[in-house]
Amino acid sequence: MQIKLTVNGKKYQRDASETKNLLHFLREDLGLTGTKEGCGAGECGACTVIMNGRTVNSCLILAVEADGCDIQTIEGEAKDGNLSELQQAFHKNHAVQCGFCTPGMIMSARALLQKTAKPSVEQIKEAIEGNFCRCTGYQQIIEAIQDASGQLKKKEGLRRA
Amino acid sequence: MLQVSSKRRRASDVLENTPRKDRRYVGKDVPRIDSIEKITGQALYTGDLEFAGMLHGKVLRSPHAKAKILKIDTTKAQQLPGVHAVLTGDDLDYRVGLYLVDKYILARETIRHFGEAVAAVAAETPAIAQQAVDLIEVEYEVMTPFLEPKKVFDKEAPLVHPDLGSYDYVQAVFTPVPGTNIANHTKLRKGDVNKAFKKADYIIEREYTNPNVQHVPMETHIAIGKWDVGDRITIHTSAQSPFTVRNLFAHSFKIPHCNIRVITPYLGGGFGGKAGIHLEPLCCCLSKMAGGRPVKIQATREEEFSLLPCRSGLTYHIKTGVKKNGKIVAQKMTMYWDAGAYADYAVNVTRASGFSASGPYEIENAWVDAYTVYTNKPFGTAYRGFGHVEFSWGVERHMNYVASQIGIDPLEFRRINALKAGSKTMTGEEIMKNTGNVTKCMEAVAESIKYGRLTAAEAAREKKTGRKIGKSVVALHKAPAMPPFTGTVMIIKLNEDGSVTGSHALTDYGMGTYTSLAQIIADVLRWPIERIRLPIENDTDRDPYDWQTVASKGLLLSGNAAILAAKDLLDKCYDVAAQVLRAQKCDLDHDEDKVFVRHHPKSFVTYKQMAVGYAYPDGNAICGPIVGIGRYIAQGLSNLNKETGQGNPALDWTYGAHGLVVEVDPKTGEYTIIKVASAYDVGCVINEASVRGQAIGGMLQGLGTAMCEGYIYNDKGQLLNPSFTDNKIPTSLDIPEEIDCIAIETPQIDGPFGARGVGEHSMIAVCGALGNAIEQAVGAVLTHMPIRQEDVWRALRNKKAPGKVVRQSKAARTEKNADAEVIAKPRRGRPPKAAKSVAETPRKRGRPPKSASAAVESAKPRRGRPPKAAKPADNTPKKRGRPPKAVKPADNTPKKRGRPPKAAKPADNAPKKRGRPPKAVKPAENTPKKRGRPSKSASADKSGQARRGRPPRAAKPADNTPKKRGRPPKAAKPADNAQKKRGRPPRAAKSDGSMPPKRRRLPKMPTVNEPVSN
Repeated sequence: MQIKLTVNGKKYQRDASETKNLLHFLREDLGLTGTKEGCGAGECGACTVIMNGRTVNSCLILAVEADGCDIQTIEGEAKDGNLSELQQAFHKNHAVQCGFCTPGMIMSARALLQKTAKPSVEQIKEAIEGNFCRCTGYQQIIEAIQDASGQLKKKEGLRRA
Repeated sequence: MLQVSSKRRRASDVLENTPRKDRRYVGKDVPRIDSIEKITGQALYTGDLEFAGMLHGKVLRSPHAKAKILKIDTTKAQQLPGVHAVLTGDDLDYRVGLYLVDKYILARETIRHFGEAVAAVAAETPAIAQQAVDLIEVEYEVMTPFLEPKKVFDKEAPLVHPDLGSYDYVQAVFTPVPGTNIANHTKLRKGDVNKAFKKADYIIEREYTNPNVQHVPMETHIAIGKWDVGDRITIHTSAQSPFTVRNLFAHSFKIPHCNIRVITPYLGGGFGGKAGIHLEPLCCCLSKMAGGRPVKIQATREEEFSLLPCRSGLTYHIKTGVKKNGKIVAQKMTMYWDAGAYADYAVNVTRASGFSASGPYEIENAWVDAYTVYTNKPFGTAYRGFGHVEFSWGVERHMNYVASQIGIDPLEFRRINALKAGSKTMTGEEIMKNTGNVTKCMEAVAESIKYGRLTAAEAAREKKTGRKIGKSVVALHKAPAMPPFTGTVMIIKLNEDGSVTGSHALTDYGMGTYTSLAQIIADVLRWPIERIRLPIENDTDRDPYDWQTVASKGLLLSGNAAILAAKDLLDKCYDVAAQVLRAQKCDLDHDEDKVFVRHHPKSFVTYKQMAVGYAYPDGNAICGPIVGIGRYIAQGLSNLNKETGQGNPALDWTYGAHGLVVEVDPKTGEYTIIKVASAYDVGCVINEASVRGQAIGGMLQGLGTAMCEGYIYNDKGQLLNPSFTDNKIPTSLDIPEEIDCIAIETPQIDGPFGARGVGEHSMIAVCGALGNAIEQAVGAVLTHMPIRQEDVWRALRNKKAPGKVVRQSKAARTEKNADAEVIAKPRRGRPPKAAKSVAETPRKRGRPPKSASAAVESAKPRRGRPPKAAKPADNTPKKRGRPPKAVKPADNTPKKRGRPPKAAKPADNAPKKRGRPPKAVKPAENTPKKRGRPSKSASADKSGQARRGRPPRAAKPADNTPKKRGRPPKAAKPADNAQKKRGRPPRAAKSDGSMPPKRRRLPKMPTVNEPVSN
């Protein structure tokens, strides 16, 4: 079925299989491999994209459901080769280890900051609750999002004893 | 050796003595060199790669834990359009195995675990491949699986590997026992435990268990294999150890190493699950059948749980002999590792845990039997901690148990027994001053959580919520579990513009080791870190050898190799400069751009000029492209003696400790982790944020094991929870309220800048910390993981605490009399007082006796309970308990129950007055109503007003006898000595004379405390 959608500000028109999910459509048909598959069942959040302003698990959305929609993926975060303030905060605050959850995590953070300019720690934790990270323990990710929203007063460090 | 300051060079300069002010990068918070491509989504993982003609593979998995394969029919699958290859076990007579070669690539004749691969298909799309898998018909004869590791010595136990005796294995290290389900038996015998147990004051034993657990890397296992004509193999894989994949492949298929190329791109987590060889052989065999087209197999999340390996379960029995003063004198440890259907890494986990099994405590006399037991379950592989998470649960819970039984604070008990300089480990290795300091780690975390007391805020929180707060401190240690001959190489190539590109085969799947290595190279070279590139992708054709990326050895071994490579590179640059500048090498120094003569800095040669060979103005050239090579191998290590377990296996020991504060609801068992403080003796912090990231990430992964993770099987050995719905991992809402990470720096003399690894350690002991803190809070005794909230609730109701305590009488200490007093039930709370010797008069305690003057006595008012009434002269025993039932009324009128009947309405039918009584009428003269306590004056007529407040004090008796206080004296017994009635008054008969029916008692709460895995 022919679908038309906007991804990261760019318009696409493609023939999409009715059985293909949005995640595979983005990766295989549009070549946008930044969004990852972690479970295929909507539980891990690695496939998170923003669809019409809301975060969704793209492994649970059919490609044909995205017809006429506006999609934001990780590839649209940096502009003209420059990292966004959110990406810079992730980089500076060591919020990335293996990196597999990072695209989905940044999309959830981006959606949160689009709605709430200065989210509290509780709001941040809830916003990324659906994004599993097995490496970082989440703390440095939370600090990065606080930093991106101008709220990181004092950075927790490693104490020496 | 080259020096980092302008002082005169010394031949034996050591980098860990480099003053901190001279370190530009080491010890600082340097952003990761590999994070930008991950943050932008541009990093390519194996699943992002596409190759011309690539096919997709799918696997048919067994639904049974143990079965014979009677028949497989693949005809329909082969005929499906788009299918290019179908394989079964009959096609592949190859076995793989790291230490014990026991696994076929696809099951042949016998299924050994739920989820085992039975057949595989390669097709043009994943959907066609799955359709073909569904068309394969298999006939099974289901057999009884062997699921209980502790039954390994039962003669009737069905064998998982009847041919165990015919398998190849590493004979220097492992001991399989053919004819049983024992894949390996590791023994350790230090000192004389039997003699030492007799000298102990207490012998305390208990058993601890934990189930299989899944690594859950965010990227599932994935591999792309290509088998070209001439047996040239190319593999792209998400694997931690490209050289191990190559080596095992070469051995299994008898192909030269140089024909096999293994490439690892970006890796989405590993945690040990990707340490060995897994999907690669199957991909390559499908490719060979499909005419050399590349075949990609990506495991689904469900397959990750059972097709791919997990972490072995453990049943750990610890028996400790301890003196009254807290010193452990003997310990006997028995481990039953539930390793599943194949040995894989589990035999080495058994060995590594065997020599480390007592934790960071000195045990003079130790006995360990660690068994790797085959069961019909998904098999165990390496998992972060390599057995230490599993046994540390037992050790740290046991330390608290022993401490509580002998009446010593658990932290003090750990201090008494902690390994220190001069202690000997269980393998006989002597701990040195620079080995590390576990006591310092414990003190740091104890201080952080204010161990031993509640702060004002915590006390207020307890009061407000009704929940109880508990605290615990635990300790840990681990040495890399690796062969004693483990080595690595680093190559650094000087580029034309004066930057360098490194080449090595240590992989980085999130730890940040590459950034640490770049920092080390930058400080040795004195260059900006931006000019140092270490590509994440590893390629066995291009990169030099590294054993594996496991065991927390990467920073030490590869860090040393990096230093040697950087120094070799500089040395070659100095060779060129010496010739060009006509100087001796000892007169040269360097900075970030050039090599120069120390006393004539304007005489220099730049790196750019030397990088690919130095050319003189007339075109003459000398030297050549500059490459630095550094090789490093572990020094002085040895295998363990197979009978005694003695030897020198440890490259280094990293010690650590946790302090944990938990809040528990004493009624429901719900708990919240308030704070976790972690301290590690890392020798030297290379990258602050990386150490902190490892500390927090590992801690939360450990809490996942502690709180909610674990495989659940039915009695047929089928896995019931292969998904995130039923096998949960921690999310952002599960992190402790407060996290504190502390680094101790006791330099590792042979480590790069004094550093040692810490990749696994953060996960090891946090489970024991949680179990101990919960017990301290509410008294719930947990010996099984995970600790779900319902497990706390059940433990609170478990009247029979597990464990056995024997208090040895003095006589038992001599060899003649081996009798010992056995206390059947382990004591709770404070231990009994030490027995008095016969000669000793009892120590008088409390208030001195009153003087004998009766006259004085009678003048003082009595306090407390009055004296008991004298016993009746005839000594009839006092009757106790419930009085006999009241006699039923003769006419059997039933007892009236419930609300008394309503009062009869008044004859004049005036409505019943409801609510508050009317206010007292104001006095006619409008004097204001008196408020507050009425005056004591007796003249006011108070009869009409209801009294408020305390009743007035009774008037003192006229003779001023002091008021009697306390319980009133017992009523005099009736003259006829009729017994005093006690307990519930008898049930009254109903108004019609009959007796009401008896009330039923509610059933008791269940006390089962079942393990998760059963």
